[in-house]
Amino acid sequence: MKCHYACQSPEHLFERRKFLGTVAGAAGLGTMSFPHLLGAAMPELNASQKHIIIVWLAGGLSQLESWDPKPKTDTGGPFRAIPTSVPGTHISELLPYTAKQMHHLSIVRSVNTKEDDHGKGHYCMTTGRRQEPVADYPHLGAVGAKVLAPETSPLPGHIHIARGGGGGTTNNAAFLGPKFASIMLGNGNPPQNTARQANLTEADDAKRNAFRMQVNNQFARRRRTAESDAFTSSFEQAQQLMERREVFDVSKEPAAELERYGTHEFGRHCLLARRLVEHGVSCVQVHHSNYDTHNENFDFHIEQLGEFDRTFATLVEDLVQRGLWKSTLLVVMSEFGRTPKINRNFGRDHWGSAWSVVLGGCGIQPGAVIGKTNDNGTAVADRQVDHGHLFHTYLRAVGVDSTAKFDAGGRSIPIADPAAEPIQELLS
Amino acid sequence: MTADAASPKADPAQTHLVGEFKHTSPLLACRFDPSGQFAFATAQDNTIQRWNIASGKATPLVGHDSWVRSALAFHPSGSTLYSGGYDGRVIWWDVTSEAPGPQRTIEAHRGWVRAVAVSPDGNLLATCGNDNLVKIWNAVDGTQVQECFGHANHVYNVAFHPDGRSLVSGDLKGVVRHWDLATGEQLRHLDAGSLWKYDEGFGADIGGVRAMAFSSDGGLLACGGISEVSNAFAGVGTPQVVVFDFAKGEKIQQLASQAKLKGPITGVKLHRDGFVIGAVGGGDGGHLLFWKTDQPNEFFHLKLPDVARDLDLHPDGLRLLTPHMDGMLRLWQMTAKAK
Repeated sequence: MKCHYACQSPEHLFERRKFLGTVAGAAGLGTMSFPHLLGAAMPELNASQKHIIIVWLAGGLSQLESWDPKPKTDTGGPFRAIPTSVPGTHISELLPYTAKQMHHLSIVRSVNTKEDDHGKGHYCMTTGRRQEPVADYPHLGAVGAKVLAPETSPLPGHIHIARGGGGGTTNNAAFLGPKFASIMLGNGNPPQNTARQANLTEADDAKRNAFRMQVNNQFARRRRTAESDAFTSSFEQAQQLMERREVFDVSKEPAAELERYGTHEFGRHCLLARRLVEHGVSCVQVHHSNYDTHNENFDFHIEQLGEFDRTFATLVEDLVQRGLWKSTLLVVMSEFGRTPKINRNFGRDHWGSAWSVVLGGCGIQPGAVIGKTNDNGTAVADRQVDHGHLFHTYLRAVGVDSTAKFDAGGRSIPIADPAAEPIQELLS
Repeated sequence: MTADAASPKADPAQTHLVGEFKHTSPLLACRFDPSGQFAFATAQDNTIQRWNIASGKATPLVGHDSWVRSALAFHPSGSTLYSGGYDGRVIWWDVTSEAPGPQRTIEAHRGWVRAVAVSPDGNLLATCGNDNLVKIWNAVDGTQVQECFGHANHVYNVAFHPDGRSLVSGDLKGVVRHWDLATGEQLRHLDAGSLWKYDEGFGADIGGVRAMAFSSDGGLLACGGISEVSNAFAGVGTPQVVVFDFAKGEKIQQLASQAKLKGPITGVKLHRDGFVIGAVGGGDGGHLLFWKTDQPNEFFHLKLPDVARDLDLHPDGLRLLTPHMDGMLRLWQMTAKAK
């Protein structure tokens, strides 16, 4: 769907107050307010601003080697289950640090998306919808940026951090428009071209910007479109980004912090995610690659989860200790899980039929286990949910009415799949 | 099952199936006992299975809490089997018993035990694992004798030199370290790095010294694994055996598959008659490859019914054993079929 120009009518663009007010009233949370701008150097946290951090385990984490172990069964593989800080809840022995943080987190063990394709699974899990030829839906991060980020935020509302890539945007905001598309921080580096050129003085730069704004305003008076708005917004955001470039620099963190998170890429990226949230960014997605283990699944899960475990546990611990846990939804997801059957290469293949998602923080019941799979993990045995239910749950958790609708060029589009509903027992 | 009568000279081109032993769980590793009367295989149900080759009678050995993927070795006397599990434990089994149970269990490594080996005189047991360590134990009472530091990655394999004075270990990145048994100090290292790759797209290491064997005189060391990996996700790479002149520490051959098979070497043996045998698993199914050390490509290739996950050579030098994912332990004879 093309993003049409939003006119000045208050009804046109979806108002975040409409989303938030509805749920806030219903949940008895009181009136929400929007935070003041946060300074880059010393962020003052505003407890009312909600955030979402997605830890995206690319390729498909094995639920059997993580959140739903089945030791001593024909599908269980070689790893054992270990107790966690939640009595009676066990997870894989590959996650000893995370096990100590499970009283903050909850597991949904009964996810059945019926989707075994990487691209389609990714779409389901990040948009809460199945891919359709005639419609496109926004990524959770884009929705979050739209409805959670303050209008005046100096930083982008939707940031992805991953290995490689540049500092550009990704077309994942659909009808919400490019303003809410993710900005990619390739290798955790600041967005591209945010440093003023060395041969340009501050004064000259200011003059140049003033002239650009003058010309831009002239153009906008008669030919304003959603795209030109996004263009203008991008420029303004870029200017503000340049002033706050150090927000993206994890080397500003004490060495001990870097050590705690791990000196590897995923460690730095999770520390950056925390830093961005502390500075007011609404939605951050951190990628960890790769879990697509058709071959030697067990060796690779040792290697990948060996990086993930301590870093992720540190992130949870920090968000709790820094007072961000109640305002930040943390979700660990993949495009699907992995087959219970171990293939001839000691691998596991794509499996969307019975797998797990972990989440915690803002609006989420701590220490819960929702649903279950059968004895050897080949099917959901209780409380089956899919991407649609999860998407509703994420939104409700951060105080958004998931039954509300976006107005996109006159078309009313439900913010989440109307055929699904939140997992009520997971919400706090 | 029955086995063909042994003949004095192995002829790889005549290799044929002479026996199958069925288990209900996919098999992992295999060994003949030194007497050659029994075949052992480990399975994904955490058990070790013992088969009497003549009668086909199966006996389970139950004691591990995880897989024994490849760590299986016999005392030269044949009385004791040592197994190392992914539970970090090494278990002593009295395999002369009708119903063998664990005789001794030690917590040997933090993380998986990848391989075990027994010294030629039977006095020492070497183990290695995911804690990047090689450890030497008293093979009788299980007390630790040495700890060898130096590997920076998971140690996949360990083997005693036939002279009994030193041993070698090979890790994920194809680093082969040569250790002095008396001191636990590293003497030198050999490079089998062609058996490893860091895959940027995958963000992980793939490879390792998956198989390792000395020639009976100790002159050659063979290290097997996967090479030229083009797709780490699916394990697409070529089987390779790196052969070293052990005295000189020089690589003398990289044995490859003329048929361009895809998959790792899962077991390797150096035959007393001078040829090398490799078992192959992976995407192209199971295969046995036979090489001469002066030729890079195999002189004989046998397609197996299923992926081979290990390989052992019978003390008679004529029979081979391969464990398979389909739960079959297969016995092969390298002589002409009986008339």
